[in-house]
Amino acid sequence: MADMTATQPDIRPRGLPRINSRIVVMGLYLVFLMLPIYWLLNMSLKTNAEILNTFTLWPRDLTFANYATILTDPAWYMGYVNSIIYVTLNTVISLAVALPAAYAFSRYHFMGDKHLFFWLLTNRMAPPAVFALPFFQLYSSVGLFDTHIAVALAHTLFNVPLAVWILEGFMRGVPKEIDETAYIDGYGFGRFFVKIFMPLIASGIGVAAFFCFMFSWVELLLSRTLTTVNAKPIAAIMTRTQGASGIDWGVLAAAGVLTILPGALVIYFVRNYIAKGFALGRV
Amino acid sequence: MNKTVNQKAWFLVLPVLLLVAFSAVIPLMTVVNYSVQDTFGQNQFFWAGLAWFEEMLASERMWNALWRQMMFSGIILVIQVPLGIFVALNMPKSGAWSTVCLVLMSLPLLIPWNVVGTIWQIFGRVDIGLLGYTLDALGLEYNYTQDTLDAWVTLIVMDVWHWTSLVALLAFAGLKSIPDAYYQAAKIDQASRWKVFRYIELPKMSGVLTIAILLRFMDSFKIYTEPFVVTGGGPGNATTLLSIDLVKMALGQFDLGPAAAFSIMYFLVILLVSWVFYTVMTNLDKQEG
Repeated sequence: MADMTATQPDIRPRGLPRINSRIVVMGLYLVFLMLPIYWLLNMSLKTNAEILNTFTLWPRDLTFANYATILTDPAWYMGYVNSIIYVTLNTVISLAVALPAAYAFSRYHFMGDKHLFFWLLTNRMAPPAVFALPFFQLYSSVGLFDTHIAVALAHTLFNVPLAVWILEGFMRGVPKEIDETAYIDGYGFGRFFVKIFMPLIASGIGVAAFFCFMFSWVELLLSRTLTTVNAKPIAAIMTRTQGASGIDWGVLAAAGVLTILPGALVIYFVRNYIAKGFALGRV
Repeated sequence: MNKTVNQKAWFLVLPVLLLVAFSAVIPLMTVVNYSVQDTFGQNQFFWAGLAWFEEMLASERMWNALWRQMMFSGIILVIQVPLGIFVALNMPKSGAWSTVCLVLMSLPLLIPWNVVGTIWQIFGRVDIGLLGYTLDALGLEYNYTQDTLDAWVTLIVMDVWHWTSLVALLAFAGLKSIPDAYYQAAKIDQASRWKVFRYIELPKMSGVLTIAILLRFMDSFKIYTEPFVVTGGGPGNATTLLSIDLVKMALGQFDLGPAAAFSIMYFLVILLVSWVFYTVMTNLDKQEG
């Protein structure tokens, strides 16, 4: 399927050179995307004196001191650890509950299924700002405030509906005859689901995991509201750079660059599924 | 696919139901509780009926925030959807360059939202940012912390930078699913480039584009962190969007009653618009089979 359009014939009018205009458009767009990121990287490799006093397009006085500051101070690097812990927890929880539910939605009609599906989606629409205060009270009252699990659970609010939505799309593409054959062959539901069905929608699970990771990693409002010290995410720690002597721009930029890395890594691993993944399995 | 009726499927949905009940229904009920009660402190509440709703509906502040929010969501949709489609049409269809484009385009989507704010806050500064410095050197007066128009332009360019790729990637996925035969037929008919787009590519993309518009609408309507980091809602209240205003009211001033009433109306607006999109989308699904 993927390569079917590779040999797409040139259907443009002859006057327009096809390759060139494409390269120009994509080139401009990618430069637009990369410039701000480059600027952050550029700043992270400069000393504060160079940032503030001279305007340079690349670091003249290359330094890794800003990164050293972050990677040697537990108050800084624990932020990354905390973020990664709750993001992982959230991805695992979201997928574990979403898989059976998506199967039910893709295979069966049951009372209230359509309403339930839309109601789930409404949670994806809920503004985190609405939930910030109630979440704070809820997790404080059950003694989970400032724990990783609290943030992970809070993020299921928008990740579970999304995971169900994506997985349902992928599962719809698996012919029902496979289920029926497996049942006739004497497989129970659990064994069939894990042994036969899950490998069939492996790419769908990967895509759903990618999205859960993505939305949990980038969210700040809820994770900041629900933590103070022990589970504080890196994004919230970044506000620390505003000290008495002004903002420590170099360290701020270095911290920013380090938050981009996990995302870049994850993208690299799922690069072959990105296109299909973004269509949520509905292509 | 024809599904069988099976009420036992409820058991499969049960874990999701319990989890969402805990993380969505309980908090939402707290909000509803606050919205109909008043307090004198010390956890003593009494019934206030719809007073908060009436107050919020009459408040200039909420209508202004709502107006700004609709402007923001409207503008970014008008820019991002056509631009996203345009970028998708120009993407290499396969090969190494296609992968490079996909990876680079996904990058902004995975940057934490406050870092996105920080990036643009720095980028737009006239003293240390490339964009601000360049504009300043060109003799343009640009200052996003003082000038309303500059603040708006900065926020919109930032959102376009952040999210256009999502629309483009969705549209690209739609384009890739079009069988080659369609293009060959178009070539035999000597269809123009525009006609190929209008009668082949656009209809085939309609499904994913609806998803794109739905996601972009929902997320832009909830936007909080990025504008908060860049402008903090200023200058004045010029960029105080709904979520920023709500957080100010609820966590800043602890006006729980009005904030709760505000929350519920806010949620209802998103719900209503999303329901319309959802209905359109499921109808499209049905048409396709």
